[in-house]
Amino acid sequence: MRRLSPRLPGALLVLLALLAAPFAHAIAPTRMPTPELQARYERLIHNFRCMQCQDESLANSPVSLAADMRRQIRQMLLAGDTDQQIRNFFVSRYGYFILFKPPFAWRTAWLWLTPGVLLLVGALSAAWVIRRRATLVTRESGDEEDESLDDGLAGTGKHSR
Amino acid sequence: MIRYFVPLGVFAAIVVLLALSIHQAPRKDLVPSPLIGKPAPSFSLPSLSDPNEKVTSAALRGHWYLLNVWGTWCISCRIESPELLAIAHTGVVPLIGLDWKDSRAEAMAYLHQKGNPYQQIAFDPGGLEAIQWGVYGAPETFVVNPQGIIVYKYIGPITPRAWAHDILPRLPAGQASGS
Repeated sequence: MRRLSPRLPGALLVLLALLAAPFAHAIAPTRMPTPELQARYERLIHNFRCMQCQDESLANSPVSLAADMRRQIRQMLLAGDTDQQIRNFFVSRYGYFILFKPPFAWRTAWLWLTPGVLLLVGALSAAWVIRRRATLVTRESGDEEDESLDDGLAGTGKHSR
Repeated sequence: MIRYFVPLGVFAAIVVLLALSIHQAPRKDLVPSPLIGKPAPSFSLPSLSDPNEKVTSAALRGHWYLLNVWGTWCISCRIESPELLAIAHTGVVPLIGLDWKDSRAEAMAYLHQKGNPYQQIAFDPGGLEAIQWGVYGAPETFVVNPQGIIVYKYIGPITPRAWAHDILPRLPAGQASGS
């Protein structure tokens, strides 16, 4: 059984409105008292995942849980919390999953290191293949020379090929 | 000759890895809670039935309880409702409701119609208390021990099987009967 978001019909309406006006603001913009707070607010809501529609950020999600989370962020900003405190607040309740960019930690090390390891493996095997090909080519061209030599020796100027 | 089998071997290894991963992969709609083993958030919320009364975490200290997050808008909560009534009937553990993003009148009518499994119900129309618990959908059920530690979280509607296999064994009553 699928778990439905609170006020789904409302979310659908917002979605329809979105389809109708692709360039309009997805979410009613929140005004913070100062430009500095506004910038931090905007940055923060883009960094957190909406836990219900998991591939969207809080900034783009129309579901009401995302609205509540934006409200929570707004309140914490107004209360003077730092970005790090707000991040810790959400991570301690929802886990690293809520961050689009997980921090480098023991638990996430494989996530960050795997691409590098794969790149290294790829580079090493590419180097290996290229070097093997290179020796193959020289050997083959050597063979050809031998062949033409043979041809020259055996032949009387006839075109064998 | 062996080198012709190297790509095949790598391919087979990838197939095995992906096949295992598919079965091992956690369901994307079940996000593990980092609150397991941590103290439950302390709260003091108005009671659903009486706005002047409070439901507080302090008063719940010293007892096992289940905190069940629900709302009248939540279809799965309706499915879960008979099982909650059955759990309440066993008397093994008190159910505390957290009525999430709901209206008082609708919630009261719903409980009147379906029956009320809860000992107390905290009312959270704004949804900020649910965020404290890391809730991201309903229903969700937290098992809290007498020290106020969250022992377990069950996501989705509780089925008789989930109660018997996942929740009851984590309660002292279940452990006593199980051993």
